[in-house]
Amino acid sequence: MTHFAELLLTGISMGSVYALIALGFVIIFKASEVVNFAHASLLLIGGFLIAELHGRIGFWPALLAGAAGAALAAAFVEFAIIRRSRAANHSVLAIVTIGVDIILATELTRRIGTQVMAMGDPWGDAVVHFGEVSIPETRLVALIVAGCLIGTFLLAFKYTGWGVAMRASAEDQEAAALMGVRLGRISLSAWAVAGALAAVAALFLTVFPTPGLDRTTGMIALKAFPAAILGGLDSTTGALVGGLIIGVTEALMSGYQGEMGSLGRGLGDVAPFLVMIIVLLIRPAGLFGTRELTRV
Amino acid sequence: MSDSRNARLFRLALWAAAGAAAVLIPFYLDGFWLMAGLFAMSAAVGAIGLNLLTGATGQLSMGHAFFLAVGAYTYVYLSSESDDHLAGLGLPTGVAAIGAILAAGLAGGLFSPISARLKGAYLGIATFALIFLGQYLMHGAEAVTGGYNGRAVPPLTLFGFSFADTPELIVLGIPFGALERLWYLAVLVLIAAAWFAKGVLTGRPGLAMNTIRDHETAAGVMGVPVSRYRAGVFVLSSMYAGLAGVLLALVFQRTVPDYFGIVLALDYLAMIVIGGLGSVGGAVLGAFLVTLLPQLLTRYSDSLPLVAQPGTSGGFSPAEAARILYGSVVVAVVLFLPAGLLGLAQRVRQRLPGGLPHPSTPSRSAP
Repeated sequence: MTHFAELLLTGISMGSVYALIALGFVIIFKASEVVNFAHASLLLIGGFLIAELHGRIGFWPALLAGAAGAALAAAFVEFAIIRRSRAANHSVLAIVTIGVDIILATELTRRIGTQVMAMGDPWGDAVVHFGEVSIPETRLVALIVAGCLIGTFLLAFKYTGWGVAMRASAEDQEAAALMGVRLGRISLSAWAVAGALAAVAALFLTVFPTPGLDRTTGMIALKAFPAAILGGLDSTTGALVGGLIIGVTEALMSGYQGEMGSLGRGLGDVAPFLVMIIVLLIRPAGLFGTRELTRV
Repeated sequence: MSDSRNARLFRLALWAAAGAAAVLIPFYLDGFWLMAGLFAMSAAVGAIGLNLLTGATGQLSMGHAFFLAVGAYTYVYLSSESDDHLAGLGLPTGVAAIGAILAAGLAGGLFSPISARLKGAYLGIATFALIFLGQYLMHGAEAVTGGYNGRAVPPLTLFGFSFADTPELIVLGIPFGALERLWYLAVLVLIAAAWFAKGVLTGRPGLAMNTIRDHETAAGVMGVPVSRYRAGVFVLSSMYAGLAGVLLALVFQRTVPDYFGIVLALDYLAMIVIGGLGSVGGAVLGAFLVTLLPQLLTRYSDSLPLVAQPGTSGGFSPAEAARILYGSVVVAVVLFLPAGLLGLAQRVRQRLPGGLPHPSTPSRSAP
């Protein structure tokens, strides 16, 4: 039972981190109708900046710099590439982000090389005990920080002028533009916010009990794809729920895979995708996504 | 009138040159080029299939590498003999190759309940799941796949002729090993694959596929059996991938799980985008570019600026330089050449003085 509770708590904490990444996908998709395959590299940029800078300027400024760096990089991708593309087909836009991802990921993995970089976080390997259940402090911090960030985002999305403009442009770009919403700015800011969220996620993907940032860290971000999709690509609530489902599924599968014999090996890695496929078979637009209706 | 005759002569000359090159290359070039060419031709077969699916029908597939793996591993499983660790059926290799293509088609068919329901990005990421599923199965089902280390691939034997280094065969003073023999097989397979796909695309099915891509509801209203077409193209494209997988396995002579990963799946998308979406020529062009670029950069790294030689620090390694270059090509093509390299070639041809209008140029790719 203790084992189960620990796994569940770990799963929820990891899930909240996946939700940060998935929220990034969703924001970008809402603002520019692009599935951003470069997200893994944006995350790696944020993590790499934190890992590089914390020794020189301290952890907190490094975290800020990492978030700002990833936000700038994301905004640059939007400004220099997405905005200029004349592709009518959204699949083609998704493929252009694959091109961006290849460039960024190659350069970053070249710089990281074979190192495993420490993040310089203040939590270290401290463990918190709740009776029998013990969990690394970093996991709790991840849960709280992700919760706060997502909460702030959802409130801003609902109540600020920026959020209203964003929702209006997601609903109907043309009408929003006619009402004076500057689509370019909305899209740019959406990319920047998504980049910053990814940088924070990078931090929590690489702190204890993970040894640190290495060249494969970006790959972990791929698990946020099923999170975003099974929640619904255009739903912020969906990203949150999807993230939690994926986190808990993965934690439980990895935790019990030893008891499943040879079938269990690597099950934690596929499980998120299997869950996604099952959900999509029942609801093709995800749990909270908008269903496309065509009238003839 | 003379224009069209010139055009026909020009095309005839082009084909004759390509044919001569295909026949003569094994006599004059060394193993490196044969290997590179074989990879490019196998990739071209797979890319043609993906272009039918994604380019012509608009079903985004990011899991093409999975179907390649199904083809490659099924061939190995069917053709190998069982031993202590590994299972195999020991079938004749020709039968195994056909079985592998059918198995890939079957895998595509099994996925069709999902592909029929999902569209656009949702379908793309659902197919992405196949890559992870494939890695899990390839590493886990050790009796069939050999696990992490992979499995040796038995050489193909057709009608008593073996595509291997033995028995020794010398043609006009050149020893014909496995690569030389496979070369001609790959040329024939590629021509057949391209010819068949061209037939599909220029006939009624191609028209239906393009209509589905451009407006699914409209296609349905006009009487196109949309879901049957979508499933059919998925199966056909998986069979192309299976064939490409078999060819690759024969060239590599070993199948390893790591090869059939995310990178390969994304490479295939890059191929069809770079070459030109929805056309056979584009797929072949893109496949050659994406496959040959890294190998050329590696081979000539010592004479290129900015590129460091393997094993030295500083600068980009050839593999890295190739990846950055081709990432940039993907971005540049999408931004500046929406019709891909093939579209560019057609545009150049039209603008040449006394230009050679290509009769089959579809009007929508004109600027």
